[in-house]
Amino acid sequence: MSVVAPNMTIADIRKQFPVLDQQVNGKPLIYFDNAATSQTPLSVIKALTDYYQMDNANIHRGIHTLAERATTGFEETRKAVQRFINAPEAERIIFTKGTTESINLVAQAYGRKFLKEGDEIIISGMEHHSNIVPWQLVCEQTGAKLKVIPVLENGELDMEAYSELLSERTKFVSVTYISNALGTINPVKDVISRAHQVGAKVLIDCAQAASHHPLDVQDLDCDFTAFSGHKMYGPTGVGVLYGKRELLEAMDPYQSGGEMIKEVSFEKTTYNDIPYKFEAGTPNIADVIALKAAIEFIEEIGFDIIHEQEEALLLRGQEKLFDIDGFKPIGTAKNKTSVISFLIDGVHPFDLGMWLDAKGIAVRTGHHCTQPLMDRFGIDGTVRASFAVYNTIEEIDVFAEALKDIVKKFR
Amino acid sequence: MSTIADKEQEIVEEFSMLDGDMEMTINYIMELGEQLPEIPAESKTDDHLVKGCQSKVWLNAALEDGKVNFVADSNTAITKGLVSLLTRVLSGETPESILKAEVTFPQQIGMNRFIGTQRSNGFAAMIKQMKLYALALSSKSQTNA
Repeated sequence: MSVVAPNMTIADIRKQFPVLDQQVNGKPLIYFDNAATSQTPLSVIKALTDYYQMDNANIHRGIHTLAERATTGFEETRKAVQRFINAPEAERIIFTKGTTESINLVAQAYGRKFLKEGDEIIISGMEHHSNIVPWQLVCEQTGAKLKVIPVLENGELDMEAYSELLSERTKFVSVTYISNALGTINPVKDVISRAHQVGAKVLIDCAQAASHHPLDVQDLDCDFTAFSGHKMYGPTGVGVLYGKRELLEAMDPYQSGGEMIKEVSFEKTTYNDIPYKFEAGTPNIADVIALKAAIEFIEEIGFDIIHEQEEALLLRGQEKLFDIDGFKPIGTAKNKTSVISFLIDGVHPFDLGMWLDAKGIAVRTGHHCTQPLMDRFGIDGTVRASFAVYNTIEEIDVFAEALKDIVKKFR
Repeated sequence: MSTIADKEQEIVEEFSMLDGDMEMTINYIMELGEQLPEIPAESKTDDHLVKGCQSKVWLNAALEDGKVNFVADSNTAITKGLVSLLTRVLSGETPESILKAEVTFPQQIGMNRFIGTQRSNGFAAMIKQMKLYALALSSKSQTNA
């Protein structure tokens, strides 16, 4: 399936996204809320409608043609994900509802089984609530303790403090690759290797990374990783958990029901092999199938082009926004993805967000589900503009002018 | 003396002149907020924060000659303007009429469309809180009587 031809322009890419071609509040839509949800290209939308128009059937056990087609489509996505993250085998790919469910699955099926009182779990101070609360729950259940890597003033992880936190008590480390609130790209390879030196297992939250950064789970040597379809040009309601085979096999099922069993009797039930052991019930077949189209969309553009465009957007944004009266960036890490999180002196983020929306510009305001990180900076929240490959330099310029215009109203 | 319903109707008419233009509407809401009388320092405390609002809203009420007088403030300009609409509608009314009031103008001026559902929930929380104040003040006035 050819999504975009080689040598396509950003305008060609934009044409793949019908949702971008609309007016909001009488102005052309500028969509800068990509870190919350990215838009879906026509190929993904087509995969969804094709499935419901042609192939809709339950997977894995039906012997009729539609069931066979649906099963093949579903398993093809597993292979596409395997390729996308360079997993050694497709069986290590588990489909979930999203990153949140993937992390909860590991916290409950691994953490609850293998952690005990006196053990320590390390997370970082810039985690999304979905990579904090599941571990707090496990700590309550097992008596393990939660330790937090501090965040430096520029929004980078304090790696020295991390080394000091690590000890033989550390049994699990769960850290994000890219901060959703600040855009900081963390040195996760280093995080992983230091954790492995003390024998801890590591989960890398790749929700923000998947659409910006090539993932290679073998090179990273992470034990688990998790990401969501809807932040990588795919549908909502589908996500991925990758895990090392020996860990997935040692874990107990997370949920139970059909699909995840081998044999059921009232005396004894045996569980299916991975990945099916963790996929109880009828899965989100349509969205899983459409996720393959999203992966192909990214692969056909290529991370080189994605990176080049997003870097250009980030630089332009920094150039245009940083001289706005009262502009204060939150998070200025050296290694950063295409996210600008900021405050403007004397203007509440909520007012900025409402005004931007009135001008057709979608941004996110608030704590971005990272309240501890906001507390660390002593703020309630920020305005976050997050860019994707289909955003343009012109949109950044319109955004900067709109902000200047809004700020004037408060002076 | 206009009733709650009259005041609501006035607001509906004012907003209809804005013709659904989002920028004009926000401008107008902010102007209304600027006109809101300053809240006394003793009312701007955590005890008077309204729960359920995304931005901070302080609300207090006092009974004067049998009528409830509301004071309010917010840390965001737009919310302050929205809150001013509620104090305008419900201030100067008896506790009984506040408790009976349906307060339909937020829906009529399309608050959902302008402000989003989350903000609308904040609005509902505000109205609920104002009614609770009215209830507390009415029982207080009955006890004193």
